[in-house]
Amino acid sequence: MKIKPIIPDRLESISEDAVKGRSLWHDARRRLFQNKAAVISMVILGIIVVLAILAPYLSPWPYDDPDWGYDFPGPPNAELKHWFGTDGNGRDLFVRTLYGARISLMVGILATSVSLLIGVTYGATAGFIGGRVDNIMMRIVDILYSLPFMFFVILLMVFFGRNIFLIFIALGAVEWLTMARIVRGQTLSVKKKEFIEAAHATGVSTRKIITRHIIPNVLGPVIVYMTLTIPMVILTESFLSFLGLGVQEPLTSWGVLISEGAKQMESAPWLLIFPAIFLAITLFCFNFIGDGLRDALDPKDR
Amino acid sequence: MLSYALRRLGSAIPTLFIIITVAFFMMRLAPGGPFDREKQLPPEIEANILKAYNLDKPIHLQYLDYMKNILRGDFGPSYKYLDFTVNDLILTGFPVSMRLGLYAITIAIVIGVTAGTIAALKQNSLFDYLVMGVAMTGIAIPNFVMAPLLALVFGVYLSILPVAGWGGGAFKYQILPVITLALPQVAYIARLTRGSMVEIMNSNFIRTARAKGLSEKIVVVRHALRGGLLPVVSYLGPATAAVITGSVVIESIFDVPGIGRYFVNGALNRDYPVVMGVVIFYAILIIVLNLIVDLVYGFFDPRVKVE
Amino acid sequence: MLLDVQNLTTRFHTHDGEVCAVNNINFSVEAGECLGVVGESGSGKTQAFLSIMGLLAKNGSADGQVYFDGRQILGLSGNELNNLRGVEFSMIFQDPMTSLNPFMRISRQMTEVLSEHQGLSEKDAVKRSLDLLDLVGIPEAKKRFSMYPHEFSGGMRQRVMIAMALLCEPKLLIADEPTTALDVTVQAQILELIARLGSELNMATVLITHDLGVIAGLSDRVMVMYGGRIVEKAPVRDLFKQPQHPYSKGLLESMPRVDDSNNKSLYTIPGQPPDLQALPLGCAFIPRCEHAFAPCENQVPDLVKISSDRFKACHLEELP
Repeated sequence: MKIKPIIPDRLESISEDAVKGRSLWHDARRRLFQNKAAVISMVILGIIVVLAILAPYLSPWPYDDPDWGYDFPGPPNAELKHWFGTDGNGRDLFVRTLYGARISLMVGILATSVSLLIGVTYGATAGFIGGRVDNIMMRIVDILYSLPFMFFVILLMVFFGRNIFLIFIALGAVEWLTMARIVRGQTLSVKKKEFIEAAHATGVSTRKIITRHIIPNVLGPVIVYMTLTIPMVILTESFLSFLGLGVQEPLTSWGVLISEGAKQMESAPWLLIFPAIFLAITLFCFNFIGDGLRDALDPKDR
Repeated sequence: MLSYALRRLGSAIPTLFIIITVAFFMMRLAPGGPFDREKQLPPEIEANILKAYNLDKPIHLQYLDYMKNILRGDFGPSYKYLDFTVNDLILTGFPVSMRLGLYAITIAIVIGVTAGTIAALKQNSLFDYLVMGVAMTGIAIPNFVMAPLLALVFGVYLSILPVAGWGGGAFKYQILPVITLALPQVAYIARLTRGSMVEIMNSNFIRTARAKGLSEKIVVVRHALRGGLLPVVSYLGPATAAVITGSVVIESIFDVPGIGRYFVNGALNRDYPVVMGVVIFYAILIIVLNLIVDLVYGFFDPRVKVE
Repeated sequence: MLLDVQNLTTRFHTHDGEVCAVNNINFSVEAGECLGVVGESGSGKTQAFLSIMGLLAKNGSADGQVYFDGRQILGLSGNELNNLRGVEFSMIFQDPMTSLNPFMRISRQMTEVLSEHQGLSEKDAVKRSLDLLDLVGIPEAKKRFSMYPHEFSGGMRQRVMIAMALLCEPKLLIADEPTTALDVTVQAQILELIARLGSELNMATVLITHDLGVIAGLSDRVMVMYGGRIVEKAPVRDLFKQPQHPYSKGLLESMPRVDDSNNKSLYTIPGQPPDLQALPLGCAFIPRCEHAFAPCENQVPDLVKISSDRFKACHLEELP
């Protein structure tokens, strides 16, 4: 039985559209861009990143020297171009907030990359080898999971001083556990899928199987989790800085600024409010983007 | 059940052993000591101090001593609070911290589960958006921002609650610390509950329950809630850890005499025995609580055999 | 007439616009008879009956009239429907693995129906539940009564589902692909059980399936659905002898037959089931139909009566 060629053009175009429309990434992109919260978050985040990069060119004030001609601390003053006011050492808060953004975002991205590197390697190894090795490796993750890791990071900071690279590594080392679990689960489930077996059976090379089939399938959840890890890391860094264990003067991060602001909130509330707003908005944006990505990539809803 | 619990506790011992060992050597390898001052102390005085705290022995002997003491439940003396042992600090601080933590977790479960369930049942309603919006705020605004903000509003501007302090544990002194501690957990549990309830309400067995002609109340309370709460139950372990971590900041900000404040002061002053003691104490606590959560999980989900 | 469905249309509001899963269908079920409903996935067969039960997903809505025992039941409130569901008519589902509550004992899942609808005491409810478990052939029902669903095999779970559906002696049992998820050997037992219970209890049954073979020996009449519409309705024997719609014919030819002497390869209908969001303007089957001609392109064929008890929806006068 064959299709009689009465109206083949229209039908073919329909079926082609239908097939294209179901491709995972195409669909995901469309869904993501339909999600207003995610799109707005991406725009805002983009603006913050650009501001952070351009910080030295946006204001006449340096981040580390006081303005001797103004109050210590001084409220926001547009005439003097102290848009966010000055801190207790007379330094411009606008510039300091943007320099804080540099550190916070950098810590977020670098520490997340560290966690990605460890997590993907560990998880993929466990998932690929499987069997007893997998069992032991995941048991180790379970044990590490049950530890109060935050305290270890604090210990590390206390014992070895506040080194910014130590912060990256410590935070990355804390966050890789979940990543390892996700990657391992995905690798296992992909490994079992029929289409991988089919590829094997038809003689597709292992490298091609990994690049064409496994990586794209593992990528989705990893990207989602990465987007959600970045705010967690930023938060943790701020937490450490707040306790006085983060980056050191004259460098700053949002956590440091908030910590200083909290001490003087009764007399100079702007010191708390501006960095807190930046931090909260950034965390909001990452969370919204992460949620949007998850909804967009979730095959359950398709 | 009992043998499972014992076996789990048994497997926790090597974990604890590793924690203590790692922490101990990290501490000793760290550059700088607790008695480094701006001014160099006379050598004989420094030697006396080191001797008094057993720091003059070879490191492996120090380790053995420390291990022996911990097995006896003795975390050693504090370097900073000179008249106190670490045990004293933990014993005075823990009841305060525990009270805050218990209140916070209880509030988080009650409000989080209720709000999350209602949001799930009225998916995409105004209430749903409201709960999810507030929850997102609770997650995005860290507790060390929330705490000073609340103190500013309720303590300074409105002057209806104390800005900080403990007041011997009077009710009004507990309100702000408990709220700040609970808020992120309320948010997280609400989101978790909503997600799992939405999934369960769309599941086949809920359709069966409806097909049986059961009232909506029975469908939700009897059929959906139990499965819907499973993720919350398994989140209780991480939640406890998060509340304990959060208490460190909250107690410092509100000047609450709990373990967290001693820990932060210890960390800033390189008071090693206090820092180590608190870490080990909380590690034990978290391991035990995780075990309890696992046992409770088995009770909630009949498919998991606790054997 | 026990169940009379008129102009039933079911729509879903999705991200990508409105999808019409069931398109203006009419049919009825007589007391005590067994109606077979056949179609591929996406043909609307399940959604039609979920609409009748009031069990559509939240984004779905149904229009039309559904009379049960002369009473219009479509659009009744949940509370009103709850007096009928599980009492006057019941439904069992495809996947017995997930259709029972994994967190509750079988005993509770059964007795709650009786206490809710008939106000039976705990003792009476237990007795009645055990009777039904015996009836559906669960050995040692008493011993298994307080077990959880995961402690039963797939076939046993479906038996429990059936027992649960029959607790209040409904007049109609709707079985949605009751054997699809089960082992082949168990399938026959479950179908035989449903047929036997139907006649023993004088209960009308609706068997929804994608497999014509399932219906052959059990049902009285068959209704074939495609793309949300009914394309053919006929007594089961007539349909097997002489299908009137090209799709029914294709379904029949794609069935393996034991008595097939010449070893020709098994036939499959070419193409895909229709995409409900992009249905052709005319007959939904047109892309897969070898007999399609000009009128099929623009006009949806009506379901017309061709003899006293046969209906078909096809522009062809007669199938060659």
